[in-house]
Amino acid sequence: MSNSTQTATTGVRFYRRGAWHSLDGITPTRTVLQYLREDCGHTGTKEGCAEGDCGACTVIVSDVRAGEPRHQAVNSCIALVPALHGKALTTVEDLADANGALHPVQQAMVDCHASQCGFCTPGFVMALYELYQLHAGKAVPTRQQINDALAGNLCRCTGYRPIVDAAVQMFAQRESAEHIARRSNTIKALQGNARKSVAVLDSPAGRWFAPHKLTELLRCVAHHPDARIVAGTTDVGLWITKQLRTFGKLVSVAEVAELRQVRVSRKAVSLGAAVTWSEALPHLVQHFPAMAELLRRFASPLIRNSATVGGNLANGSPIGDSMPAFIALGAQIELARWDLQRGVMEKRSMPLEDFYLAYQKTALRTSEVVTGVRVPILAADTHFRTYKISKRFDQDISAVAAGIAWRMQQGRITSARIAFGGMAATPKRAMGCEASLVGQVLNQATITRAQAALEADFAPLSDMRASADYRRVVARNLLQRAYLEATGVSAPSLHAGVHA
Amino acid sequence: MSSTALQHESAHLHVSGRATYTDDIAEVAGTLHAAFGLSAHAHARVLAMDFTAVRTMPGVVDVITAADIPGPNQIGVIFHDEPLFAAGVVEHIGQPLFAVVATSHELARKAARAAKVHYEPLPHVVSARVAKANNSSVAPSRDLRRGDAEAAIAQAPHQVQGSIAIGGQEHFYLESQAAYAVPREDGTLWIHSSTQHPSEMQQLTAKLLNMAAKDVVVECRRMGGGFGGKESQSHFFALTAGLFAMRLQRPVKCRPDRDDDFMLTGKRHAFEIDYRAGFDGNGVLQATHYDHIMQCGYSADYSPAVGDRAVFHADSAYFVPASRCTSFRAKTNTQSATAFRGFGGPQGMLGIEMALDDMAYHLGRDPLDVRLANLYGVDERNITAYGSTIEGNVLPQIVTQLVQSSDYRKRRAALRAWNRTSPIVKKGIALTPVIFGVSFGATHLNQGGALVQVYADGSVLVNHGGTEMGQGLHTKVLQVVAQELGLPMGAVRISATDTGKVPNTPSTAASSGADLNCMAAWAACQTLKARLAPLVALKLGIDAAAVAFKAGRVGDATRSMSFAEVTQSAFMAQISLSATGFYRVPDIGYDFATMQGKPFYYFAFGAAVSEVMIDTLTGESKVTRVDILHDVGTSLNPVLDRGQIEGAFVQGMGWLTTEELVWDASGRLRTHAPSTYKIPVASDVPADFRVELFEAPNVADTIYKSKAVGEPPFMLALSVFFALRDAIAAMTDYRKAPKLDAPATAERILMAVESLRDA
Repeated sequence: MSNSTQTATTGVRFYRRGAWHSLDGITPTRTVLQYLREDCGHTGTKEGCAEGDCGACTVIVSDVRAGEPRHQAVNSCIALVPALHGKALTTVEDLADANGALHPVQQAMVDCHASQCGFCTPGFVMALYELYQLHAGKAVPTRQQINDALAGNLCRCTGYRPIVDAAVQMFAQRESAEHIARRSNTIKALQGNARKSVAVLDSPAGRWFAPHKLTELLRCVAHHPDARIVAGTTDVGLWITKQLRTFGKLVSVAEVAELRQVRVSRKAVSLGAAVTWSEALPHLVQHFPAMAELLRRFASPLIRNSATVGGNLANGSPIGDSMPAFIALGAQIELARWDLQRGVMEKRSMPLEDFYLAYQKTALRTSEVVTGVRVPILAADTHFRTYKISKRFDQDISAVAAGIAWRMQQGRITSARIAFGGMAATPKRAMGCEASLVGQVLNQATITRAQAALEADFAPLSDMRASADYRRVVARNLLQRAYLEATGVSAPSLHAGVHA
Repeated sequence: MSSTALQHESAHLHVSGRATYTDDIAEVAGTLHAAFGLSAHAHARVLAMDFTAVRTMPGVVDVITAADIPGPNQIGVIFHDEPLFAAGVVEHIGQPLFAVVATSHELARKAARAAKVHYEPLPHVVSARVAKANNSSVAPSRDLRRGDAEAAIAQAPHQVQGSIAIGGQEHFYLESQAAYAVPREDGTLWIHSSTQHPSEMQQLTAKLLNMAAKDVVVECRRMGGGFGGKESQSHFFALTAGLFAMRLQRPVKCRPDRDDDFMLTGKRHAFEIDYRAGFDGNGVLQATHYDHIMQCGYSADYSPAVGDRAVFHADSAYFVPASRCTSFRAKTNTQSATAFRGFGGPQGMLGIEMALDDMAYHLGRDPLDVRLANLYGVDERNITAYGSTIEGNVLPQIVTQLVQSSDYRKRRAALRAWNRTSPIVKKGIALTPVIFGVSFGATHLNQGGALVQVYADGSVLVNHGGTEMGQGLHTKVLQVVAQELGLPMGAVRISATDTGKVPNTPSTAASSGADLNCMAAWAACQTLKARLAPLVALKLGIDAAAVAFKAGRVGDATRSMSFAEVTQSAFMAQISLSATGFYRVPDIGYDFATMQGKPFYYFAFGAAVSEVMIDTLTGESKVTRVDILHDVGTSLNPVLDRGQIEGAFVQGMGWLTTEELVWDASGRLRTHAPSTYKIPVASDVPADFRVELFEAPNVADTIYKSKAVGEPPFMLALSVFFALRDAIAAMTDYRKAPKLDAPATAERILMAVESLRDA
């Protein structure tokens, strides 16, 4: 499948339990969970939903990024085996010492009585293992940090209190020398593998290509316009597990160096398409603090460790969380493809809102790939807010998501960009609402007129997440909230720790 | 006992991935995997099913339909109204039509989708109210009356009336249903299943396969959660695996994908309740009237029993001199609603709590005072509408103590003052009590069995009829056996629940697991001790009556021998070291037709205070503080009991807030996976969560005077719903009772707020 000049490794090679494992005939759409449970008979990792929403299947995937080892918890039920190439896999069975002595995370779960039926427990242990690695030797995480770390793990028995207790208590115990040695051997093995090879699977079971260079990627896609492009497979994974779709050819953008970059200038934050949401989060929060709550509620940490910026944007879902905020910020989506006739790369960019043409239809041309998004830094006189409304606060899909930005000069609104998700077939700007604001003095009368205009901008649908009426009322009220927050009127959020 | 000793017997296995669930059992070579073909119509005649494409799919070995069942195609647990596979007519989207077996789970699922089914659609009904209007039901209606409620309401100085729609609830056990059937020699069958009801599964398997119970063994080591969802509902999977296994003489596993589990299996009943109450100026009830309409789905399943418990608990914790409660069991073209923690109790209780809340708004009083004015008395005003006395009523004590410990009065005043200064965010607070009757409604089910086997080396293996679903039942039984035989916990092991060891057991349900099975194990221990004591007396030259089993020794204060020496001696002396134990709950029984008598052996009591905040721009809510005081009798295991209380409360909170089942107009369940059906996560749990056990010996003669704890605390979560209502009512400075249905989603809260904006 490759036209690559790079060294291609046939097969997938990953590190587990002290050794490199090579799989060359595996079906590329085999999930890591299927591999563990069905191929290896390692049943400690559980299937709860096969869609990345319950966390029972959580495993740790380790790699080395910019010289730094990372141990990230991910949903193995929708992670594909070829994506493990060059990385290390650790499961709940791998944490205890050879003599059975439990890891501090496991011991704390036992001591706090944090398991009842025990089925979700392996997933919680692995999610907490990532938290342990992030905080060990530093300050014990806050209750909110613990809640955030556990947002992708469901428990139906305990009511979570003892699990949260365990998440605090685990730091009282140090890891065993044996465990530390094992992890450091894993890191050494990963570092020794720094001269990375390209994973290629090419068998009757299917073809997988994961190039490291953008030109390689684009050429490959141009030669194989029928290949499914994937990154974190947090959506395509469900097409496999739920729709039972088969894919003969897959191209992963996840390892393309150019697409993994975050560039920050005085003018913009540019995120490569293969940057994961976990990687993007600190940069976005730093430059756009108003996105902080939205981003920590973006899916779950398990999903954010896999899911990419490009995946979310290219997917074109009307209820994607990032788009309304990015559209309000005036983000440009960047695209590229390889012109086979001329043998050159063609790049273009466009305002993000123009990328979405209709329900699940984007402006992507044949063989064109989303390469990134450029988000302009806000002018100082801009009032910017993002909101996400869902049935459940954490790890839910938005009923309504909003990005609201307006610029004030000499007491008047000089420009406005207001975008909503969940209100139309695509993420969409509220053009009438924006127009009614521009040129006006910011006061309740202006907002009331803008709310009326907003009603005319959208004709939302009713579904299992919310009724059309609710969506309309909430959208109107979010504009009110943005106004209240701009004018300093007390409108505290429920989730910002309000106390009487 | 130390906290370590109270640990769940499998905790060390849970955390290391070594606890074996049904789907984790090492597969026997040649194991096949089954998947269901599910109905695409809510109600239709099935004209033809074409499996040509299915049979040519890779890995497919066999397809079965209703016609391939050797015995009756009938799995109804109360009435014979439910087929395993739909035959001729389908009655809900998701009903099993056929099953495919293939060489892998994935191939079976793919193949099942290749069938071509031709339907002739028939009219369908999703709404229970519409079904009632059509007089379409799955079971006879009920009508429990005390006095003349109509007249008493009419004559009372004040009246309220209203209605509430109460949503159902998906169990969302983290482990989906699963069964593994392996044929054994001479036409026998072994099934390992994630089931709360091995005995019923064994009997049904035998019936559908034209076998005898002796030829079928059902085993369950543990479930990854049950909550009532793995009683009758587990049968679909075990029976299908069993049918294929016997037909093909090959091992067959049947475990549905989560979405299929949602689409196929039953859930908690949705209810609509119309209520009326008559009361005096002090808020004292004179009479109540409730009409329950239950969304039962397409078949009866446990609906009649669930409906009866809702009727029994329609008065919740309150004495009502005259009352009437009707119950209509509506037939709808949806999944057949089933058992779920509380079993109708939670819905029944919501009716009277709504009425009391409305009365408080009507009179301008604190809802707590209205509730207090009506609580069952200790010595008087303590007879229920079904003729039982609320014995050992500690609720007044619990409520008094909780009002103080939670600082309810002061906090309520403070938050009302706060609300006046907070235009957007409003706070609310509520206290609700629980009285829950413990026993199976079907009296004969109140029995338990155990088998205690002592080996010559002094180690003990226990088996009993209850199943472990996370509640810690095995731990409690272990504790009792260890205590009775004077052994450390490590000397005793519990083996998987097994119909081949303890027969004819009830479902592990109705909170009764520990009551029944600990007592049975206790009885077996008494038998063993009675056999061993004379031997020890003889050996040591002491009085048999003085022989005690303590700390690994057997004897009296002066002379003793180790337990292992005793068992070795017993073996040499040809004394049996294995004993069965049996227990039947005494003193209960009622007239099923008139619903009068004593259905419950005793009552469990509790109360909770919840405080919430709502955002009146979005309807979002947050539970900020919860105080619980709950009665567990003399706790068998405070750690496990607290776990049950907290877990039940959070599950109840989910039921009343974010967990919403949505069927569309075609009858399709649109919330069929965790992506669309939202159970609580860690951040939903109140940051300030104060749980205390109210420990007082049970007045009934239960094991060590303990009480059941599985279901009762679920209903403590009603306090969240009424706290939300309190917060919404702040919009009108508490002049109007908000209209609010359950679950109180952000949407329902916002719409309630909006409707009060101009009020």
